Amino acid sequence: MKKYFTDIFSGIWNLLKGMKITGKVLVSPAVTECYPEKRDELQPKERFRAELTMPHNENNEHKCTACGICAMNCPNQTITVKKSKITDENGKPKIVLDQYLYDIGSCIFCGLCTRVCPQGAIEFTNNFEHAVYTRSKLIKQLNKPGSKKVEVAKPAAPAAKPAQAGQNEVAAPKQENENKQ
Amino acid sequence: MSLELIDGINKIHEFLTSNIEAAWVVSLIEYVLVGLGFLTLYALIALFLIIFERKICAYFQCRLGPNRVGPWGIFQVFADMVKILIKEIIPLKHNDKLLFYAAPFIVIMGSLLTFGGLQFAEGVHGVDFNVGVFYLLAVSSISIIGVMLAGWSSNNKYSLIGAMRSGAQVISFELSACLSMMAIVILGGSMNLSDLMAAQEDVWFIFQSPFTVVALVIYLIAAHAETNRGPFDLPEAESELTAGYHVEYSGITFGFFYVGEYCNLFINAAIGTLVFLGGWQAFHLPFAGCEGFNAVMDAIPSYVWMFGKTLLLIFLSLWVRWTFPRLRIDQLLRLEWKIMLPFSLANILLMAIWVALVK
Ligand code: SF4
Ligand code: SF4
Repeated sequence: MKKYFTDIFSGIWNLLKGMKITGKVLVSPAVTECYPEKRDELQPKERFRAELTMPHNENNEHKCTACGICAMNCPNQTITVKKSKITDENGKPKIVLDQYLYDIGSCIFCGLCTRVCPQGAIEFTNNFEHAVYTRSKLIKQLNKPGSKKVEVAKPAAPAAKPAQAGQNEVAAPKQENENKQ
Repeated sequence: MSLELIDGINKIHEFLTSNIEAAWVVSLIEYVLVGLGFLTLYALIALFLIIFERKICAYFQCRLGPNRVGPWGIFQVFADMVKILIKEIIPLKHNDKLLFYAAPFIVIMGSLLTFGGLQFAEGVHGVDFNVGVFYLLAVSSISIIGVMLAGWSSNNKYSLIGAMRSGAQVISFELSACLSMMAIVILGGSMNLSDLMAAQEDVWFIFQSPFTVVALVIYLIAAHAETNRGPFDLPEAESELTAGYHVEYSGITFGFFYVGEYCNLFINAAIGTLVFLGGWQAFHLPFAGCEGFNAVMDAIPSYVWMFGKTLLLIFLSLWVRWTFPRLRIDQLLRLEWKIMLPFSLANILLMAIWVALVK
């Protein structure tokens, strides 16, 4: 019997606590941004994922090795990596990126692609204005025409490489980024 | 120059009687006018409540709500209304046509009949029954027949389950709502709304006895559950039942349910205001030396008091709706039969003792 009453009154008390929280939210300012009116003042958060891009440096070079890991990890097959095999000046076969196609119409902005890219070659930007008139325009080529991959400086001491290869795997691309930019 | 509505109504009456000889013609014209007035008010209140709820719910979620059509989006509801009026009514196969199309009318009829029994301002009411409270309680239960018919005649399992839940819920909670009002009837000594209003002239019922507070809380919970609104919205639980009993309705037939739901929100709040919070009576301090304060309160027209208090209760209801998660049906019925019903019965008893001893 005692429990019956304590249950009721503690229940009411807890409900009031909940109402206090929503009451606070009620009087706090809205977070909505009025889009076309305040277009110039909009400040999307830095981490807001709106459009996938592939940054190019001033020499029109990107960092993509056309490995296809991003396309493999994309849950929607949003990314298509078209690559071809060429032979470089030393006579070695080499894979280069032809077209990096990104279909924003099927992207769910999960960010897996940027997360798995071993080269850090792609990143999300804040440009969210994607309205176009036909769906075919939603498919974007991210590598700029005529662009090529950044030449990575060969490690200074090739002899030491095999031993360290395992540890450096993750850190290496980062170093390269810093070197090249 | 008085701001009260009753003066305007009396002027119209005088104008009609002085210009028209036959008394029955005057009565006829007045009946038509009153009917039109009620229907217009009913529709306007529904529209107002829809935009009010959308705005309030937006603020509860840190949004802005409708803000495109008209200033602060207030004309959004008119756009929605026009849209729902011109929408197609999709006919169903294999269902009971007559009951299917009768159901929305029954729902809206029950709601309108209750609406007609309310008092809106000093002297402004459709009928003045000697069993006013009883009438309100009785006709407001008619809607549930429409809801059950809608669920049954749709020939759809979701509708049927929704209607069954709705039936169980409304019938259970009506008990508490009625019993909590009975406590007030004991205190006021009458079922006539005008008498109850007169009894609240100096002090509203809510301040007259501690048991009215208990009764008000019980009434608010029960009334909230009767309107099928969250956290008691399991007849319409969209995640389980798509939309419950009105899932097969489209166009204006759905609009009837929708308008009925919002008007029931108003009606329940209005009944609560009339019975517990003094209705259209101004707030008075019953002490000597407060005449100045009372005079200032009296200067505010009675319909402002009525609608202000009603709006307050509606706001409370929205606050609850947008705060709590939905209950399960067994929790819901447990709340009614094991908690609220014993409390309201005990409350009636205590109220009777209070009236016998204090008054
Ligand atoms: S973007 Fe990154 S993961 Fe995708 S193909 Fe290029 S290097 Fe590989
Ligand atoms: S964000 Fe997700 S869905 Fe979009 S391209 Fe990257 S992996 Fe695919």
